[in-house]
Amino acid sequence: MKRFLLQRLLLFLPTLLGAVSLVFVLIHLIPGDPVEVMLGETASAADKEALRRSLGFDRPLAAQYRAFLVNLASGDLGRSLYEPAGVGEIIRSRLPATLQLALCAMIAALVISFPLATLAAIRRGGWIDRAALTFSLLGLSLPNFWLGPLLMIVFSIELGWTPVSGRGGFDHLVLPAITLGLGMSAILVRILRASLLQVIDQDYVQTARAKGLPEKQIWLKHVLRNASLSVVTIMSLQFGGLLAGSLITETIFSWPGIGRLTVQAIQTRDYPLVQGCVLVIAISYVVINFATDLLYKLIDPRVSYGD
Amino acid sequence: MATKLWFYSGIAALILLTAGSLFAPLLAPYDPLRQNLEQDLMRYSNDHPLGTDKLGRDILSRTLHGGRISLLVGIATVALSLSIGLIIGSLSGYFGGWLDHLLMRLVDILMAFPGLLLAIALTAVLGPGLDHVILALCLIGWTGYARLVRGEILSLRARDFVQAAHALGCRPRRIIGRHLLPNLLPPLMIQATFGLAAAIVAEGSLSFLGLGVEPPTPSWGSMLNDGRQFLLVAPHLTTYPGLALMLTVLALNVVGDTLQDRLRSRTP
Repeated sequence: MKRFLLQRLLLFLPTLLGAVSLVFVLIHLIPGDPVEVMLGETASAADKEALRRSLGFDRPLAAQYRAFLVNLASGDLGRSLYEPAGVGEIIRSRLPATLQLALCAMIAALVISFPLATLAAIRRGGWIDRAALTFSLLGLSLPNFWLGPLLMIVFSIELGWTPVSGRGGFDHLVLPAITLGLGMSAILVRILRASLLQVIDQDYVQTARAKGLPEKQIWLKHVLRNASLSVVTIMSLQFGGLLAGSLITETIFSWPGIGRLTVQAIQTRDYPLVQGCVLVIAISYVVINFATDLLYKLIDPRVSYGD
Repeated sequence: MATKLWFYSGIAALILLTAGSLFAPLLAPYDPLRQNLEQDLMRYSNDHPLGTDKLGRDILSRTLHGGRISLLVGIATVALSLSIGLIIGSLSGYFGGWLDHLLMRLVDILMAFPGLLLAIALTAVLGPGLDHVILALCLIGWTGYARLVRGEILSLRARDFVQAAHALGCRPRRIIGRHLLPNLLPPLMIQATFGLAAAIVAEGSLSFLGLGVEPPTPSWGSMLNDGRQFLLVAPHLTTYPGLALMLTVLALNVVGDTLQDRLRSRTP
């Protein structure tokens, strides 16, 4: 286990540094003078100079990179161009909304996929199996920037069952969570169904059946428990994807999380804030992937990754 | 039988959607940019079967023309990503050693980044435009192909026909080009089908956020973004471009799925 941990850590650290460096490079790719792009052509020379100094653009690139890493290590993500609060503070205030939405999307995905995949595996080749696969195919093909408005038209505008947008009670959460979670549930149905079908054929399931264990117990104790391993991995990996997908879902439903904050920062050309948001989402994604690796090894000691 | 029906329906839908986009200038009843403020936000009429948008532009014409952008971005992204992935994956898989380590770590780093987020960040920095969208989507898009090609080459390298070519003194370029590449084509084509669907959705996402094609050029994503502001009064603005996009992605996924199943059943 120690060797495994060290091996994954050796892969994780350069990946994290790579992702962080990529975000650092991004802001330097702005064509022309980045300060002029942020403040506009009409800004005074003094204002431009002040911003250049505050962003550290007057220093050599290597020094800027060093300062960026040092500040990041101490949790300083810089200052927004338009808001008095620091970027870190703004993101912290929006983080709970995004986490709440992502968690609810995961729950929605689980609630949809678990019964559907289980029924599909039990009735393999039957109409429910075909319906589950069709659902999966449709779920993967429905982009969330269309699904969101579609759900809004039907459930908020036509039926009036849910609020159109914003954050509030549980009813505010339903449509954004389904919009964000449907793609994940489509993937989960596929993976879980395949996993269940694989486990059903295993010797220990045949043995349990041969010794006369009730079918319900076989499914609960042997099949579902073992098939859930793949679900843990997929869910952890998809959680990072949910954070990225929140940019669109939060924009559609005016959900006050990091996704919407990023889009608003892009629209106002508040690049330090854009950089901070992208950084937080990217780091979360890399850390979650790393945690998934470790979690998988803990759950299933057979995982070796060639060590 | 059901799978066959799905497959041929997918192929038929793709042919129809591609033909509709390619021949949009001939099929579209109006210029997609022509404004008519007297006929704004119309639902259905004989003149405008799918209605008009806030500037009185014909939705049918804009949906047909919007498909050109989606397909153009999708095909260009897949072609570029596949070429880069093919070169890097071949080098990595065939030569191995430090080059393989270096290239695969680069792939690991890029794959550790959420693709859509990087594309959004890059287009936000570079500014909207088709070339920026394609560049942003290729930046991570090639990594999947590189990994696939490397894996396939690693397994093919040990096969007798490659060993024989090696023993006969064939140069690496000839072995890769004549012996390995033809065997790589089926899995690559399947990956490209899924890649095309993903690129079309990604372009739609970027255009939806106002980071894709620049207005007034129509694209399915930007039409959805425009229509979002009029959901209460004109929901049809989002219906048709969304339906066209979903059908294209669905058809690509169906075709990709079926081809993948066929390849899997043939692989010993």
